[in-house]
Amino acid sequence: MFEYAPAPESRSVVDLKPSYGLFIDGTFVDPTDGGSFKSINPASEEVLAEVAEAGAQDVERAVRAARKAYDKVWGPMPGRDRAKYLYRIARLIQERSRELAVLESLDNGKPIRESRDVDLPLVAAHFFYYAGWADKLEHAGFGQRPASQHGGAIPQPLGVAAQVIPWNFPLLMLAWKIAPALAAGNTVVLKPAETTPLTALLFAEICQQADLPAGVVNILTGAGDTGRALVEHPGVDKVAFTGSTDVGRAIARSVAGTSKKLTLELGGKAANIVFDDAPIDQAVEGIVNGIFFNQGHVCCAGSRLLVQENVADRVLESLKRRMAQLRVGDPLDKNTDVGAINSAAQLERIRELSDAGSAEGAERWSPPCDLPDRGFWFAPTIFTGVTQAHRIAREEIFGPVLSVLTFRTPAEAVEKANNTPYGLSAGIWTDKGSRILWMADRLRAGVVWANTFNKFDPTSPFGGYKESGYGREGGRHGLEGYLNV
Amino acid sequence: MTATTTSARSELSELGRSETALRTFLHGLPGVDQVGAEQRAAQLGTRSIKTTAKAQAIDLAIRMVDLTTLEGADTPGKVRALAAKALRPDPADPSCPHVGAVCVYPAMVPHVAEVLRGSGVHLASVATAFPSGQAPLEIKLADTRAAVAAGADEIDMVINRGAFLAGRYKEVYDEIVATKEASGDAHLKVILETGELATYDNVRRASWLAMLAGGDFIKTSTGKVPIAATMPVSLVMLEAVRDFREATGRQVGVKPAGGIKTTKDAIKYLVMVNETVGPDWLDPDWFRFGASSLLNDLLMQRTKLTTGTYSGPDYFTLD
Repeated sequence: MFEYAPAPESRSVVDLKPSYGLFIDGTFVDPTDGGSFKSINPASEEVLAEVAEAGAQDVERAVRAARKAYDKVWGPMPGRDRAKYLYRIARLIQERSRELAVLESLDNGKPIRESRDVDLPLVAAHFFYYAGWADKLEHAGFGQRPASQHGGAIPQPLGVAAQVIPWNFPLLMLAWKIAPALAAGNTVVLKPAETTPLTALLFAEICQQADLPAGVVNILTGAGDTGRALVEHPGVDKVAFTGSTDVGRAIARSVAGTSKKLTLELGGKAANIVFDDAPIDQAVEGIVNGIFFNQGHVCCAGSRLLVQENVADRVLESLKRRMAQLRVGDPLDKNTDVGAINSAAQLERIRELSDAGSAEGAERWSPPCDLPDRGFWFAPTIFTGVTQAHRIAREEIFGPVLSVLTFRTPAEAVEKANNTPYGLSAGIWTDKGSRILWMADRLRAGVVWANTFNKFDPTSPFGGYKESGYGREGGRHGLEGYLNV
Repeated sequence: MTATTTSARSELSELGRSETALRTFLHGLPGVDQVGAEQRAAQLGTRSIKTTAKAQAIDLAIRMVDLTTLEGADTPGKVRALAAKALRPDPADPSCPHVGAVCVYPAMVPHVAEVLRGSGVHLASVATAFPSGQAPLEIKLADTRAAVAAGADEIDMVINRGAFLAGRYKEVYDEIVATKEASGDAHLKVILETGELATYDNVRRASWLAMLAGGDFIKTSTGKVPIAATMPVSLVMLEAVRDFREATGRQVGVKPAGGIKTTKDAIKYLVMVNETVGPDWLDPDWFRFGASSLLNDLLMQRTKLTTGTYSGPDYFTLD
């Protein structure tokens, strides 16, 4: 047997302070009412740092700082100068990528292999990409505006953006929100998720290091109440939210009737569709990557496998063999494939839905795998014999749980894939180019991957149909949500 | 072996009787997505193998080396020195295992045989008009018989790439069958020369063809064309031997050859074997590295692990 010895990434690159304040107007400040909460390492339940909880008065301070920066500095600043700051931030992220990756894995529970090889390169790429747009907004396809106080015939920013992001890709979601907002000339107040605030605070330090003018980026840590106070603040011109469909719906209600512009990126229940002529070995990799990447904490995860019935046995056999190779454990070990579930609450939800899957008659399978005693863990799991009526085929589990369904004809695959209130992503596996195009035309999903899955690029727009949200992030399209067009 | 694999095996053995049956079978194999295969191979290359795992991997890799010299300038003295090194790769450390085999041209086989006799190190000879294979069949078979007669217990043959690429699968198949027969008890390694096959679909088809025709090992390359072994090509071949064993119950070995020069590379391959076909193939009987300079790098890294100091290349023999 060939056992891999532990290969832990060093924690010493991260210099964590025992406690963090709020980042408002370019400095870290204590919260007005002194509230705080702890951020823990989900792999060990060890407390990493104490973090301030922003209240209504802190939101007020942050929005005012962002408004001032927008009016006085960032708004009037020529695009090429904004670009200079964004490029600087992008380079600092690259320089400090090891530190950010380790901290991301500590706070989130995702394997270092993913934070190092996927999250951080994409974060830097997003800042580089949108830095390039900052002085070219008139070429983004949203028309030109008359000259104004903001200097020239270019599309105008919106003002102050309130941004609320989830815990599954803390720094990447921050980049998706902040980079286009700043490139377009807005200032931001961002609230990271309460279970993963730390990399956003390190990003605040990077903003200081980059000499970003005070108030352009403000980071408020806190939970749901802080987020609500932020998106409902009347001084905000734009709300951008990534998270659950329930919270998204509440935000849409609260924003209704105001002049705030809103983009939502919500849940998903993506179909990963494997045809009988698919390259099987690569399809199996794509299935694994689709649902076990980031412990399945991915809104566009391929959580429903639709496999053509005449190859179903073969695909499942290969999939199980491959799943037995997944290494579950210490997120900081460089050989870990599946890390910790982000929180006790999320683990509880995954367990509840998985139990419902068994109770409703689906057959559950996991490879043998030893889970650590402390921390939050869930073994990679597949359910076979799942029907469209099962809860595990309809509700977003947001964990390493795959529901397997079969289909007979391409039309049936389309029908089943689209039979969900969500519409964020889909995958197609076939050797036939014409079938890929035929399917892509019919799938009601914002992203359709062909013979690959979970591929992201800053140049490519991302967003949903139906209850997966509206607006697009990434690419030229991602600028629209931050411009007055 | 179960009843199903036995019957599958006899069905598959019928395929070689007709060009049409072979073609239908080979073209019915699932395709290989190039991007996906390369991505998977790259991902396997990011495993971090340290300390005890590294020591274990290095010793295993040494035991898997087919220490090779295939030069026009080879002499009896040179191949004898190489054979001596195969037996005792690190003269300073008796705990260092011997390599898997020595691989030479047929004319050099008798000289190597003298040194290796009774040692457990196998003696491989290239044959069948290596590396091009461009000779009449009788000559290729005579080449093979001569190598076996001179003491080779492993034959590394080349397939007829011209016939394969032109779609004359039966011709390739028949040549392998004939060479297998000419090899007698010697193990037959079938070199696909993947650098000339150009696509992963072709690599998978050629792998199956070689296994169906009775090859004991499938080997990537001669080392004589610009593109030799690569991780993705070896991955496709490993998937093929895995699927072949599932279908027939017969296990076939894999030998990447050419271009694997460092310990780091060798360990990446071992990780790929481990996670693609599993521990059954992590054995010199089922996986080999066709290499020459790789051995010294393995020895250098081995010494570094056992002594804690890194000695320069001058401390290892050049053969």
